[in-house]
Amino acid sequence: MIKNGVTIDQTFAEAFPMRATRIIITAHNAKWAMIAATAMTGFATSVIACGCEAGIEREMGPEETPDGRPGVAVLLFAMGGKTLAKQLETRAGQCVLTAPTTALFSGLQEGDPIPLGKNLRFFGDGFQISKKISDRRYWRVPVMDGEFLTEETTGMVSAVGGGNFLILAESQSEALAACEAAIEAMKKIPRVIMPFPGGVVRSGSKVGSKYKALNASTNDAFCPTLKGQTHSELSPEIESVMEIVIDGLTQEDIQKAMRVGMEAVCALGAPAGIRRISAGNYGGKLGPFLFHLQEIMA
Amino acid sequence: MSALTFTLKGPLEQRLNVSSLTLDHLKDLDIAAIKTLSLPLGNRSMALQDLFLVEGQDPSEIVFRGKTHKLDKIGQGMTSGMIRVEGDAGSYLGMHMKGGEIRVKGSIDAYGACEMRNGLILIEGHAGDFLGAALPGNKKGMAGGIVHVKGNVGARAGDHMRRGALVIDGHAGDYLGARMTAGTIALLGQSGRYLGYAMGRGTLLLAKPPQEILPTFQDCGTHTLGFIPLLLKSFEGLESPLSGMSGRLKRVHRYAGDVSSLGKGEILIAAG
Repeated sequence: MIKNGVTIDQTFAEAFPMRATRIIITAHNAKWAMIAATAMTGFATSVIACGCEAGIEREMGPEETPDGRPGVAVLLFAMGGKTLAKQLETRAGQCVLTAPTTALFSGLQEGDPIPLGKNLRFFGDGFQISKKISDRRYWRVPVMDGEFLTEETTGMVSAVGGGNFLILAESQSEALAACEAAIEAMKKIPRVIMPFPGGVVRSGSKVGSKYKALNASTNDAFCPTLKGQTHSELSPEIESVMEIVIDGLTQEDIQKAMRVGMEAVCALGAPAGIRRISAGNYGGKLGPFLFHLQEIMA
Repeated sequence: MSALTFTLKGPLEQRLNVSSLTLDHLKDLDIAAIKTLSLPLGNRSMALQDLFLVEGQDPSEIVFRGKTHKLDKIGQGMTSGMIRVEGDAGSYLGMHMKGGEIRVKGSIDAYGACEMRNGLILIEGHAGDFLGAALPGNKKGMAGGIVHVKGNVGARAGDHMRRGALVIDGHAGDYLGARMTAGTIALLGQSGRYLGYAMGRGTLLLAKPPQEILPTFQDCGTHTLGFIPLLLKSFEGLESPLSGMSGRLKRVHRYAGDVSSLGKGEILIAAG
């Protein structure tokens, strides 16, 4: 399949099951809600070493949030429920509870409940106050700027992590420009996050390593400097490859995000130095969800 | 199917216990069986058909008509369905209620919503003493649900209340929220004396300054509290002026008490 001079490989991205939750952070203004959300989703690019993958889903207007203040919706993904609960609690405690004027609410009513403010309330040292409003329990924790309001639990659902596609370009700057265009379009899709810095990862990995201690290592088949040294997937004109990784609440959400991302890349096309779109196909070693690029773009 | 309607044939001279006239009790009975039910009237019993004219078939909506002010225990322990009273109601309305809805066109007597667990009660008139309270000798009052009174409430509303909300558009008698364990009472009108007496936890949200604050409540200053807009939003379906007062109740003066008890309750008074 070729679109605007960009070859879309007959391959698939492999993704794996995860557990996910959504939370809503509100604050006195959009700036402080974003600061808290940015802190909370920091160092959350990959479950390989961060514990969870997290990102900002979207900004929310005052009319959409539970307390009528500007807010930010955050999605968190982890490999299991216990890890997700732990990560959520740690991050909420260190990054949202601490951020001025913030409040924290559940963004998912469905699924299994996991603690949000249930344990953070103990920071109140006995001065915390419970309020059950419309069948949902909230905690009011006294803090130095007033009160930290948090919902007791949020919902945890099964989700999909690791959807991806690779952008193969004639130069590093052209690969980066294509990634930026793709991320800009994909940010508009709800229920997904692109957890890597700026949504883009340059150190795509393969499963396994020559070093026994490592589970993943550099994707040498797509490293342009190794073209003559390893079993390369790259043709001579490819000088730079970048990857976009997508986590979503469902397989369909990831498909939708991949499609708009790849369409944005193809819109730039061969004139902008984009030659191919491929995907992290690990031969079935990584997970049960397969995203066939050509089917998505059909 | 039309609502199952019980119209009193004449004025009652004694109290009539109608606790058995709920969806939970009537859903498996046909109209003939319902008419032969025996109801406690004073210290004796009488057949329902001798007291009421019965119309309609649908027990998921029950209507009481006539001189209904001596009907006690309306909706006692009900878990679902709707009961409408097209006049006044007696004591213990909605006692131990676990779900569903009761709407009263007139006023109710004492112990309305006492030890209620969940559901919604709407009173267009006034409510007597001990609204949402615990029964005498008990220590656990209303533990869930919402009660909205458009008129005034008597003394000791919310006595021993544990959870849920009382929304009062009118004035309240003495000892409002006394001995509260938790829950919320929102009051638009004037409160009586001994407000929050011996309350351990819970919130009294007042739109007007009270006549007095007990010396066992501590002044915590004026604040903007984030939970108040959420609370008022939950009252939106109630047709209470309180639901639209998020502007006026944005800032509140907070008093914590009663320190003669646990001292973790609060009186919040609209500050602007």
